[in-house]
Amino acid sequence: MSPDGKASQSGSAAVEAQRVTKIFGGGDDQVVALDDVSVQIGENEFFTLLGPSGCGKTTLLRLIAGFEHPTDGRILLGGEDISPLPPFQRPVNTVFQNYALFPHMTVGGNIGFGLEMLNKSKQEVDDAVTEMLRLVRMEELRNRRTSQLSGGQQQRVALARALAPKPRVLLLDEPLSALDLKLRKEMQIELKRLQNETGITFVFVTHDQEEALTMSDRIAVMKEGAILQIGAPRDIYDHPSDRFVAHFIGETNFLEAELLERKNGAAKVKFPSGAVLPASLPDAPISPGKVSVVVRPEHSRIATTKKDAVLSGTLENVVYFGTDTHFHFRLNDGAQFIVRMQNARDSGDDFTPGQELGIAVEADAVQVLRD
Amino acid sequence: MADAVTQVDTPVRGASSPSPKGRGFDVKRLPGFATVAWMCLLVLYAPMLVLVLFSVNDNRSVTIWTKFSWRWYEEVINNEGIQHATVLSLKVAVVAMVVATAVATMAALATTRTRAYRGLPVVYGIINQPLMVPEIVTAVATLSFFALIKQATGVTGLGYLILAHTVFCIPFAYMPIRARLEDMDLTLEQASADLYATPWRTFRRVTFPLLLPGIFAGAMLAFVISLDDVVISLLVAGPGESTLPIYIIGQLRRGVTPEMNAVSTIFLAVSILLVTFFFVLARARK
Repeated sequence: MSPDGKASQSGSAAVEAQRVTKIFGGGDDQVVALDDVSVQIGENEFFTLLGPSGCGKTTLLRLIAGFEHPTDGRILLGGEDISPLPPFQRPVNTVFQNYALFPHMTVGGNIGFGLEMLNKSKQEVDDAVTEMLRLVRMEELRNRRTSQLSGGQQQRVALARALAPKPRVLLLDEPLSALDLKLRKEMQIELKRLQNETGITFVFVTHDQEEALTMSDRIAVMKEGAILQIGAPRDIYDHPSDRFVAHFIGETNFLEAELLERKNGAAKVKFPSGAVLPASLPDAPISPGKVSVVVRPEHSRIATTKKDAVLSGTLENVVYFGTDTHFHFRLNDGAQFIVRMQNARDSGDDFTPGQELGIAVEADAVQVLRD
Repeated sequence: MADAVTQVDTPVRGASSPSPKGRGFDVKRLPGFATVAWMCLLVLYAPMLVLVLFSVNDNRSVTIWTKFSWRWYEEVINNEGIQHATVLSLKVAVVAMVVATAVATMAALATTRTRAYRGLPVVYGIINQPLMVPEIVTAVATLSFFALIKQATGVTGLGYLILAHTVFCIPFAYMPIRARLEDMDLTLEQASADLYATPWRTFRRVTFPLLLPGIFAGAMLAFVISLDDVVISLLVAGPGESTLPIYIIGQLRRGVTPEMNAVSTIFLAVSILLVTFFFVLARARK
């Protein structure tokens, strides 16, 4: 685990997990949901916990909300330890996966509930509800029962309800997973807008890598109760430090190469073909010798000159995708390699399976993995 | 399976067409199924029909029909013994219903809204005990237990009967309340806590309002069960504490009169009304 430390740019973090461990059950049935996890989430940040189911992302969210308590470690909110506090004493609100709207209350009643529980005056509650309804563009539905709403509308009410008390941090537990694709895309943009307008820190849990890349300021990729990598979407995508991260996010090519002795910090790797290219290193110490590297399909192209060709192989398959085309290669050493090239008006489809071709790789496209 | 049948109705009825995949065995198509079903219904409901019919018969005999008349209902209304027994039955049933429902609600919360603990199945068993122990055993046990107390303290009165009714009504009130709690989405209560509601306010504003249909259903069931009870009441009731069923049994010893038919019909109507209400509530807002 190696958080990259970029979080503490703004002084004290909005939320911080310090060496948090969470174990469910006891004896032989013991399950370690989180294993010594530390992370700092900054003010106004859209922070995403990304990982497959069972990776501990929801557990971390529930620890911040207060529905679970850490077995070990601390949860800090604005520098204060909130680990012992029950959920109703934490200035943190949650948007639940199934929305959990109160079925016996109107839309307005749901949205005003938090402020009412904070003993705000009726006037204040009413004003806040009006403001929230405007924010999520649902003014005309104030007196509806929540059962009369569509999925997308319920989603907005859940958001408005969680935002109304102006929490320090908003927690979102896979809130878009129940929506259809089109609505999900709309809500992604909507969420980003709400975050900008309210200036509240969002902690977003998802297993959808595309959703994470689209919305987040930073992403933490999790697996089996640990954070593998934290970084901006572009960092994570272009420079995955781990095989799992590289595999989980986007499509990628794995290659074997040899890391050469470093000269003045710049790392270079040598491919079996003999070509030597500059490479980015993960933030873990790594010694020269055999390494795994990744190259994104769109960071490579079919070489037009002999000089460009870093790799070479046989073209096995050409798959046309409209905006781009995927070229599946079998490299000379037996590995598979995919080249993705954007389709331009003048790009000829003059490559046919069976051809022996060279593959060029963009500068800075080679990323060395930790393992 | 029944659903599938109603959905695809007509084409399936003709048994000649090969049944679609996954349909399998259908009880409804067994030979004689309809006959047996009608026989069962007849045996169940024919006696009641006869009862109702002869309650509006002018003749003193309950086997010979003469003409329609409300006279037995008038006699029921003017019968002081029936009046007294009805008031007593209602008194006992109302108190037993209120107390049993309150206890059952708390028991249901304690068995569904806590972390599972060792011995929870035993708790279920204890709460549901009156459903499993033969009623006569409970009745005899209660009788001798109360006799012991009466002897020790000298206190007598209707309290004993009410207490006995309350106790055996608890499991009946408990069942629908617990079912409702188990159906309820736990994240609603979490959402409430997340929105700054203390546990008590979460109960008052979220759990309780959503539980109300279950509580009403439980209360209704407890009321009917108490009103209906014979065995325990027969043994526990003191002198002059005849509930309506006990009174009816007492009268029947002297022979069946149309008056009894009339009381029973009223009783039946009230029970059907309450049970219908119970089902409506149990299905409400599901």
